[in-house]
Amino acid sequence: MMEISATRRFVNTFMLSLSGVCTVAVVSVLFFILGYLLFHGAASLNWDFFTKLPKPSGETGGGMANAIVGSGKVLLLATLIGVPIGFLAGVFLAEYSGKTFAFLIRYVVDLLNGVPSIVIGIVAYALVVRPMKHYSTLAGGVALGIMMIPIAVRTTEEFLRAVPNSIREGAMALGATKAKTVFTVVIPAAISGLVSGMMLNLARVAGETAPLLFTALGNQFWSAGWLAPIATLPVMIYNYAISPEEDLHQQAWAAGFVLLALVLIINVTARLIIARGASAQRR
Amino acid sequence: MATTSPTYIAETLRRRTSRGFLSRLAGGDEISYLITLICAVSILLIVGLIVFELWLNSRLTFATFGFGFLKTSAWDPNANKFGALPFIFGTCVTSFLGMLIAVPLGVASAIFLAEMAPPKLSNILTFLIELLAAIPSVIYGLIGIFILVPILKDYVVPPIQHTLGFLPIFAGNFYGLSFFSAGIVLSVMVVPFIISVSREVLMAVPVEQREAALALGATKWETTWDIVLPNASTGIFGSVFLALARALGETMAVTMVVGNAPKISASLFSPGYSIAAVIANEFAEANGQLYISSLIFMALVLFGLTIIINAVARIFIMTTQGKGA
Amino acid sequence: MASPQQQQSVKDSVTETSGNPPAPKPGAALKLTARDVNFFYGAFQALYDISLDIPANKVTAFIGPSGCGKSTFLRTMNRMNETIRNTRVEGELKLDNEDLFSMDVTDVRRRVGMVFQKSNPFPKTIFDNVAYGLRVNGIKKSSIVSAAVEQSLKRAALWNEVKDKLQKPASALSGGQQQRLCIARALAVEPEVLLLDEPCSALDPIATLKIEELLFQIKDITTIVIVTHNMQQAARLADFTGFFFMGKLIEMDVTKKIFQNPGKKETEDYVTGRFG
Repeated sequence: MMEISATRRFVNTFMLSLSGVCTVAVVSVLFFILGYLLFHGAASLNWDFFTKLPKPSGETGGGMANAIVGSGKVLLLATLIGVPIGFLAGVFLAEYSGKTFAFLIRYVVDLLNGVPSIVIGIVAYALVVRPMKHYSTLAGGVALGIMMIPIAVRTTEEFLRAVPNSIREGAMALGATKAKTVFTVVIPAAISGLVSGMMLNLARVAGETAPLLFTALGNQFWSAGWLAPIATLPVMIYNYAISPEEDLHQQAWAAGFVLLALVLIINVTARLIIARGASAQRR
Repeated sequence: MATTSPTYIAETLRRRTSRGFLSRLAGGDEISYLITLICAVSILLIVGLIVFELWLNSRLTFATFGFGFLKTSAWDPNANKFGALPFIFGTCVTSFLGMLIAVPLGVASAIFLAEMAPPKLSNILTFLIELLAAIPSVIYGLIGIFILVPILKDYVVPPIQHTLGFLPIFAGNFYGLSFFSAGIVLSVMVVPFIISVSREVLMAVPVEQREAALALGATKWETTWDIVLPNASTGIFGSVFLALARALGETMAVTMVVGNAPKISASLFSPGYSIAAVIANEFAEANGQLYISSLIFMALVLFGLTIIINAVARIFIMTTQGKGA
Repeated sequence: MASPQQQQSVKDSVTETSGNPPAPKPGAALKLTARDVNFFYGAFQALYDISLDIPANKVTAFIGPSGCGKSTFLRTMNRMNETIRNTRVEGELKLDNEDLFSMDVTDVRRRVGMVFQKSNPFPKTIFDNVAYGLRVNGIKKSSIVSAAVEQSLKRAALWNEVKDKLQKPASALSGGQQQRLCIARALAVEPEVLLLDEPCSALDPIATLKIEELLFQIKDITTIVIVTHNMQQAARLADFTGFFFMGKLIEMDVTKKIFQNPGKKETEDYVTGRFG
């Protein structure tokens, strides 16, 4: 009877432990990041941050009220632009499309998903900023809206397909047209997945900086309407972080904390809803 | 006992029997098909528009420099001299370094999560790791500038230079912002993608394969290394290419720690640049048609690169799914 | 998929189909008639020259071994097969002497209702499930809808069990209750014919009994066609029974005759349990 050699046993334990160490290292990065942001950012957070405008260069104090509202405006526009197109295209893929055309659309959607965000920013610049001859909220909304499309399509198709066919048959057997079946039965059946998917989509796009650098640009003050440059949270973080002033660094930390907290809360909530929905279906 | 006259409902419904055009339209089938089709087609148009705009705006640079643009390293906007080589070099170096760190780290973690950890723990850890992918790039940049770079400067680089400083890649003064810092930040940013996909691919390897090896007396590690990994290798390659595509396009974190100097250098510790970083930094202030066109030409190159690599990734991953089915 | 030769030999090997619908009983009007219905899934023929009559306000049962085409034929009667790609139907189907295929398909389905083998309530409340058919067909006035919902649930023998929880989700009901809910849902739009495709096959005997009792009651307000693999159920419920085998209608007659004195050998073999 050959006994397993000590070397083999050692290698086994060593390599498996090493893999565990790697995992711990990766996970701990998450906690380090959260920790640092909490430590540096939460400390600098005060009421001024949420209510005041940025101070001119050289003066300390001020806040990012305009950036917070600005992010909200740009994201609202992005949602209005990207989600309907993506959602309805997803409905098309799930309910109406033939196989080859669906393959083509899916391929192109995946392609769009892989385009670096800065390239999308350039295209939005060419399409909106250049003809208008100035930067604007609209341009930023277009850029982020385009980025929202692929995930909207994929999420919609996935969750609509998950609705069992027996439900569709039940509705059609009562005399509902296909369209009525889709919109009054199938989509409501998938609604929790669709909403969580949208939340994840929003969270992803809320943190994007690059495409805003030359579309929405930035603004020291409030931005009225939709056609003026506008301050956004991620761009402010970037500008303050690379500036030489220590006070601005503190504000960058605070803003980073707020942004990260928002993104992570939306993410975790959405994922939990999806997980709960999945286990309910399995019952 | 409330009743409704049975004939009322039947009669109301029967009166709708005559379906005129308007009544059919209200049923919604034609309209909803049309509208959803238009949305799907518009996505095709948007992508076409992207390609068109990039190409259209690159023509000036291409006409002026030709393909030589990609091989020239001079970047002097004031003198109207533009060359993409430093940026292509920087993109490649930082991404390569990032992958060098992320791939072993990621695959090892995926092995732990797929083979070792009990399912509940594995799910929780994977959930946390996927949260890493949700952190915005600018936050990584923030941590990069204020936390990582000082740590590298004080604790990591001196020992390296002390021992291996004679090597060209470790030569020169380290001021913090460098290819090295960017590579490390990139590795953290792409490792969740490698872990996520590799873990799924590993878990998809049939349990019979493992049992066959274990029944022959192989250790768990030997089973994993000799049997499970090769089975999953195509999918893992796919995840690597996916991660690479992300790394190439990563902008904010890189531009905040790479130094933004359009130089080509043998040393990892010297400051550098990348395609995405130069666009982020200089596009808003770029004046002059040729300047803007050069930046957009590089964006086109980046666009092409990521499309190709993503396509390769998808082929790898689809092959794995075909095998597993 | 049977080759053309195999299909031909099927046509030959089974003794000539009845083709002749049962003589209409005095006073029994014909609700639905079928003449020479053939059905194809792609190249595969599933139904051969089906001709029969469904008498109004009676229960007609289709029996036969698995895969004999009885469910397929049932689904042609409300044109549900059109939702499957690559299918083709030939022949004539008439509802109250109107050609089924030239009517608007959603109209057909409203007038010819269906209850499926596995209950498929919508992920909505009990009330909204039963009300769905009315609302989607344009009847929205809440007083009318509420009254219709109550009446349908009573007809489906479910009212007393759910009257206090109409706003609860349908998924909270038991299997048998869900199937009765589906029957109530189908009844709410006052169909002229109600098709049931093995409605009790997934249910326990007590639930089955409840459904059989209610089917007996609603004969007066609608015509019932039920597919069943349970011969005792057919014998209990049906006024007329049709025996399907390998895509053909072998024999159709008054239930008593089919079970006690069948005319065709295949029928006799099946009902005496020699196969199936």
